Amino acid sequence: MRVLIIEDDGQLAAYLAKAFGEVGALVEHAADGRDGLLQAAGGDYDVLVVDRMLPLLDGLGIVRTLRASGDKTPVLILSALGDVDDRVEGLRAGGDDYLVKPFAFSELHARVEALLRRAVPGDQPATRLVVADLEMDLLTREVVRAGERIALQPREFRLLEYLMRHAGQVVTRTMLLEQVWDYNFDPQTNVIDVHVSRLRGKIDKDFDPPLLQTVRGAGYVLRAA
Amino acid sequence: MSFVRLSFVLSSFTFRLAVLYALLLGVSVAILLGFIYWSTAGFMARQTDATIDAEIQGLAEQYRRRGLTGLSTLIVERVARDPGGAGVYLLADNDYQPLVGNLHAWPTAEPDGDGWLEFRLREPVAGRPAEPPTEHAARAMVFRLRGGLRLLVGRDVRELSATRAVIQDALAWGLAMTAGLALLGGSLMSAGVVRRIEAINEVGREIMDGDLSRRAPSDGSGDEFDQLAVNLNRMLARIEALMASVRQVSDNIAHDLRTPLSRLHTKLSQLRDTDLPAESAASVDAAINDAEELLSAFNALLRIARVESGSRRAAFTDLDPVPLLHDVAELYEPLAADKGQTLDVRPDLSAASGAADADMGRGLCVHGDRDLLFQALANLLDNAIKYTPEGSRILLDAIALSGALDISVTDSGPGIPAELRRKVVQRFYRIDESRSAPGHGLGLSLVQAVAQLHGAALRLDDANPGLRVVLRFDQAKSLMA
Repeated sequence: MRVLIIEDDGQLAAYLAKAFGEVGALVEHAADGRDGLLQAAGGDYDVLVVDRMLPLLDGLGIVRTLRASGDKTPVLILSALGDVDDRVEGLRAGGDDYLVKPFAFSELHARVEALLRRAVPGDQPATRLVVADLEMDLLTREVVRAGERIALQPREFRLLEYLMRHAGQVVTRTMLLEQVWDYNFDPQTNVIDVHVSRLRGKIDKDFDPPLLQTVRGAGYVLRAA
Repeated sequence: MSFVRLSFVLSSFTFRLAVLYALLLGVSVAILLGFIYWSTAGFMARQTDATIDAEIQGLAEQYRRRGLTGLSTLIVERVARDPGGAGVYLLADNDYQPLVGNLHAWPTAEPDGDGWLEFRLREPVAGRPAEPPTEHAARAMVFRLRGGLRLLVGRDVRELSATRAVIQDALAWGLAMTAGLALLGGSLMSAGVVRRIEAINEVGREIMDGDLSRRAPSDGSGDEFDQLAVNLNRMLARIEALMASVRQVSDNIAHDLRTPLSRLHTKLSQLRDTDLPAESAASVDAAINDAEELLSAFNALLRIARVESGSRRAAFTDLDPVPLLHDVAELYEPLAADKGQTLDVRPDLSAASGAADADMGRGLCVHGDRDLLFQALANLLDNAIKYTPEGSRILLDAIALSGALDISVTDSGPGIPAELRRKVVQRFYRIDESRSAPGHGLGLSLVQAVAQLHGAALRLDDANPGLRVVLRFDQAKSLMA
């Protein structure tokens, strides 16, 4: 995985470079908007992590220019501005995801992974999701594990669907709130955990091995052991 | 009820000002009318007295010159010359026995120190026997002549009395009309004054309700009320500026501290990922938790600041609150269930529930920000779940009123004492009993900020028992299908 980080905060950039290095990515760094755009246009990256506020050329400008030139490299925008309209603006400019500072690296990593997965070409619109012995039929909305039918509430179904679509990938609580609940807000309690544990009770409790695991400090992952 | 109304009216400024005005005007006019009376009726009385006095002097002079005979002749002449006249004459001896004159008997009334005598004429005046005896007032002076004789010279003052009565009547009516007009004028005047004060008062109430952007109306006339409004507005602008700068400072602090804090968080997380002895790992986990809590408090503070800045109003849309209510309840239901609490949603926005103008079968919609409203309701449900004991009932409902919409969260918990309800919406305020629970005392502040952004009123009521938090949206309108 080749990652270009365009970020003017040297400390943050160094930390991100180190952290991405630890998960096996090749990292390059640009410290201002103009260099960033030149590097992004010239290099072959899997994902761009772009700070929104940059000297010389701001992050949205970079993304717009890239998109206008037909470059479809996934872009994740980092910003200290967390308003919904800022977010919408970032996504409209051509960003694929938007993360508000400060963030945990695990959150950034999970989102970058999700972007890479999305970018894999030839992804057929699935009608059936399978993770180990857990199967989900998106047409009949049936969920079966080890041949046994599991009854789910509509929201539990969407939660499981999202987890299965991102099987093997860490998904954070914020990602679940945004994608499954479709609201952008700050739950004061770890209310998502309660939903996940309910879902776990239905798909994992009477079966072995457990598929839905908690990743400390990050979120959840659904994977075949 | 009527007593309450009456005492309210009596204590109202309008009434007191009107009465005071009427009283002052009434007293002034009474003094003025008294003077008029004194200078008209009084003048006439003094004229009469002067005439009588002059006549007595004349008669006394005659007596001195021509003796008793001359005096008697003169009296007879005067009576005869003016038979229907107003003159009253009587010459009597030492024992009050009448000698000459047109009075049949000496009046019983006693003269005052100056010799003036007021009495009633009960008999027909001599020369007019046909007239039935009538009674009218007379005023006379008694003069003692040498030799023990008494001379009474007077005037029938019925004309004077009648004139005086007419003047008195006119003055009394004048006074009554003055009082009436004064009350009317006073009411009008004080109503005008009160209207202007009330306009300022109204602004004061709205400001106390939390809308510090309101200003007292100024008509630019530069009079005292206008100056009051202008000064009040300047004061409010100053307060607002001070509050804004305090808020700005706290927001800046939150913003500036967030970056080092998130670095701290990052470094702790990195440390946690290395091989640590179990004991250190636990300490690092605790430190990470603390950093997260701080970050979340700062984020909450900054979120409130952003909501208060009003910038999100631009992105408002008309939205149906019913799915929102169901979504937020669905999100929190498992949390409540874990605590053995029941969480019900009962949105009732049908036309039948009281919205006279709502079309049949259509609910009301709210013009607002979906995410912020969700956040506000989430905070309210979170509080309800957190601060009520196990087994409590929590109800999320929406009621359509005519032209307004009430969305409320009601719980059956311990409630909040009335005196603390205003405080709990303040930033970082926490009731002592709830300090042990997680949170940073910003939840209701955010709800308040969201409510204000939407022009909604946040109200905390007693649910007997429990707490009922109501968000009232005034500009709710029919949802266009």
